[in-house]
Amino acid sequence: MNWGVLLFPGSNCAEDCFHVIDKVLGKPVSYLWHKDTELGDVDAIIIPGGFSYGDHLRPGAIAHLSPVMTSVKAFAEKGGLVIGICNGFQILTESRMLPGSLIQNKGIKFLCQDQSLRIENADTPFTSEYSKGDVVVLPIAHNEGNYYAKPETIVEMEGNNQILFRYCNVEGEVSNATNPNGSINNIAGIVNRTGNVVGMMPHPERSSDAVLGLSDGKGVFVSMLKYLEVKHGKDQ
Amino acid sequence: MSAKQSRVEEKLWIKAGLTDSEYELLTSHMKREPNTVELALYAQMWSEHCGYTHTRPLFKHFLTTGPRIVQGPGENAGIVDIDDDEVITFKLESHNHPSAIAPFQGAATGVGGIVRDILAMGAYPIASLNSLHFGHPGDAGHTRYLISEVVHGIGEYGNCLGVPTVGGELRFANAYKGNPLVNAMCVGYMKKSQIKKAIATGVGNSLMIVGNLTGRDGMGGASFASKDLDEENEEDRGAIQVGDPFMEKLLIEACLEVFEEDYVVGVQDMGAAGILSSSVETASKAGNGVEIDVALVPKREEAMRPEEVMISESQERMLLIVKKGKEERVNKIFHKWDLHAVVIGQVTDDGIYRVLEDGKPVAEVPVWSLMEAPTYILEGKEPAHLEKTRRFKNDDIEIPTDLNQVLLELLGSPDICSKEWVYRQYDHRVQMNTIVKPGSDAAIIRIKGRDKAIGMTMDSNGRYCYLNPRRGAQSIVAESARNQVVSGAEPIAITDGLNFGNPEHPEVYYQLEQSIIGLSEACRALDTPVIGGNASLYNQTPEFGAIYPTPIIGMVGLVKSLEHITTMEFKNEGDFIVLVGETKDELGASEYLDQIHDMITGDVPELDLELEQKTQAFILEIIRKCLVKSAHDLGDGGMAVALAESCLSGGLGAEVSFDLELRSDSLLFGESQTRFMLSADLEAADKIIDLAAEQGIEAATIGRINSGNQLIINNLDETLVDVSITDCDYAFKTGFDKMMKTNK
Repeated sequence: MNWGVLLFPGSNCAEDCFHVIDKVLGKPVSYLWHKDTELGDVDAIIIPGGFSYGDHLRPGAIAHLSPVMTSVKAFAEKGGLVIGICNGFQILTESRMLPGSLIQNKGIKFLCQDQSLRIENADTPFTSEYSKGDVVVLPIAHNEGNYYAKPETIVEMEGNNQILFRYCNVEGEVSNATNPNGSINNIAGIVNRTGNVVGMMPHPERSSDAVLGLSDGKGVFVSMLKYLEVKHGKDQ
Repeated sequence: MSAKQSRVEEKLWIKAGLTDSEYELLTSHMKREPNTVELALYAQMWSEHCGYTHTRPLFKHFLTTGPRIVQGPGENAGIVDIDDDEVITFKLESHNHPSAIAPFQGAATGVGGIVRDILAMGAYPIASLNSLHFGHPGDAGHTRYLISEVVHGIGEYGNCLGVPTVGGELRFANAYKGNPLVNAMCVGYMKKSQIKKAIATGVGNSLMIVGNLTGRDGMGGASFASKDLDEENEEDRGAIQVGDPFMEKLLIEACLEVFEEDYVVGVQDMGAAGILSSSVETASKAGNGVEIDVALVPKREEAMRPEEVMISESQERMLLIVKKGKEERVNKIFHKWDLHAVVIGQVTDDGIYRVLEDGKPVAEVPVWSLMEAPTYILEGKEPAHLEKTRRFKNDDIEIPTDLNQVLLELLGSPDICSKEWVYRQYDHRVQMNTIVKPGSDAAIIRIKGRDKAIGMTMDSNGRYCYLNPRRGAQSIVAESARNQVVSGAEPIAITDGLNFGNPEHPEVYYQLEQSIIGLSEACRALDTPVIGGNASLYNQTPEFGAIYPTPIIGMVGLVKSLEHITTMEFKNEGDFIVLVGETKDELGASEYLDQIHDMITGDVPELDLELEQKTQAFILEIIRKCLVKSAHDLGDGGMAVALAESCLSGGLGAEVSFDLELRSDSLLFGESQTRFMLSADLEAADKIIDLAAEQGIEAATIGRINSGNQLIINNLDETLVDVSITDCDYAFKTGFDKMMKTNK
């Protein structure tokens, strides 16, 4: 099971994602350089957080034009697993691989905190390790994490169970008071219609290594791994 | 009019910031009169900021060596050994004047500069901290603006770099109203074999400039930082640099990639006085000369004069001394990161600092003379206020009737209240090493793949140093070390930020000298050598006068096993609370006097450095024996505040009782030194008390943790405090927001 982590100028969570796959999951992982179009033999792609191209213009606006993204799109169209975290989510919306966009936090400030999330759909390759309604804690760290999409898009996504994570409190209550950044319907993470491309603002990699006091996010990577193992098994 | 005539009539050197005697000295070094380019070189290199003209003679007091010290002062940053052939490099730097005038850019470029110092050592930056001092935000909208912008600037730069901002401090006093302090610290990690030096060895090797283009921003920043802030230099906005964290991120990646190859013999960050000081320092260390052609420097502006190119403080630039013949390889790596690496000159053997413009010499001076800034040993005079403040007696004040209210007020007061408003704007988790987050006694950053971690702190207490510069400075070092040991870290070394007013004033010079003496005494006693630092003098304005003498201590400690990591919050109901150290009748200089009685007076609490060392060793010993569940040092606000903090962070109640013939406010809020608040289960608590007795250290079980919602403090059968944890929590967590909204 080979993993690839994209590397843009300004990516700063690539090493963290690499660390989790390499050391926590113990699986083969390599970096994919933004100027390359060859993805090699990867089964899953992580688009890490950071400030690709310094967030110039808009977060993700330049990165999504990189040569590597053409290949990532083709990979996803063939059913490959792609997860964009934080800036990676922004890159995925900019590239229209996911609907909507991420605008500035309602509090107009960068926000770094440990955040409770409610699992909304556990029936995806990214969330199978959880149960619907579980409350997990993942760190957030962003300035533009306020998810916005047209009302009809939101209705459609809600109807298709495309919302994976919502911001909540420790009891799992979802309300304006538990919404850190102003996202519509407290949306923290979504999946595309075909179920193989995820974007999320919270950082699952940062809560995958128990020594840091948080490990709820590991389930995202384990879910992906199990899905790939089953798929791989079937392929053979 | 000839150049000489104009100098005589206008005294150009005075305008450049040099004195008559300095001018005389440099002409004797040069054996002729300087031209305007040469004059600019001396003016920058001989400023306090570059030349440490007032502070250098005082540095002789410092202990700078020790078994773990790999590199003391003199490089971009000091280095300490953390075993396993791994080292930590760290340093702090001030960016006070730029932040006073352009707070966002001033603070942002402060972070950028210190990160490059760490990078120049060959290290990967693993964490940042900052120590900020402002006037009281309730007093002025301008102060609130400064706070918001400085925090925003630090966050924007550090977050983009992907270097976690993990700790520090934010303190307030009127003394900083006109001249805020912004000191940033960076910590880097590397293998011992990866250490780089700032040295220009090898005649014929190339000087390459990498990173950003050179413009007119930050012109004369070093000399700007070396004079008082007044309205006239409010106009020195040209002296403010503009930061580009994206460029810095690329610079980090590219430099570290280049360092992996054997192409580079020396590295220097371009900070104060830009190309000039970076190249002079590297040449001087090697005993060589250098030759730089300003025409080769990639610029972003037209028609820059040679001296402008040399002293520009454009950000995100580094100087590499590259082996002859390897220039193209270096350039290739930088090009991969969409950066340039351009040869601007070479190392020469004649000891001359030579600036060329299109091949024609425009300045030629001996390298050594630029490094030999004249030093000044002045006569200090004890500040007049000390005679009055020392006369303070505790009996001068009455004990407030409602001590619950006093505790709540202190918990919500500016220096003590939660700073979450600040640190949630900083990415403190990136790089996935942050085990103990901001808001603790010390930040704890792990070393991946090892059973060890690094403790990091930044501390100061301007009020203490104002009331007793020598003992105040000692107390800060002691407190930093306490913050390390309660977290499970063995203090290793410090970097110091000397923030003072204008040293040419005898009272300020006295504060400077006494503080340095105090610092060095404490560092010797606690075996934490000084491995580098920064001096920022001239922090004063005509309107508000000099700042408090504010030495800031950045300390690094080693946690030898992750098992030793200890935090302040109470863990389990039923555990016993142990107080280590003696509580005396000391209210002088306290936060309590300042906040509750509006008095900045009295003497700083006594400090016995020998006892401090012994007690700290004891605390570390019992933590390493895993006897301690929580540990907290008693600092601002004294025992009651420490108890409340441990309760509210753990969500538990506590009841403690004393039998002390002591004023109740001294017991609750006095800041007697060398005290620690621990919690442990019954068996461990007994062991702690026994071990303390064996070592002659005062320790007593004072009460227990419970699952209730009250903090109760009794003395001699009288209940002094009985306050709900919910109220404490509310006061602590809303204090900052309230302060930012108040308009007095």
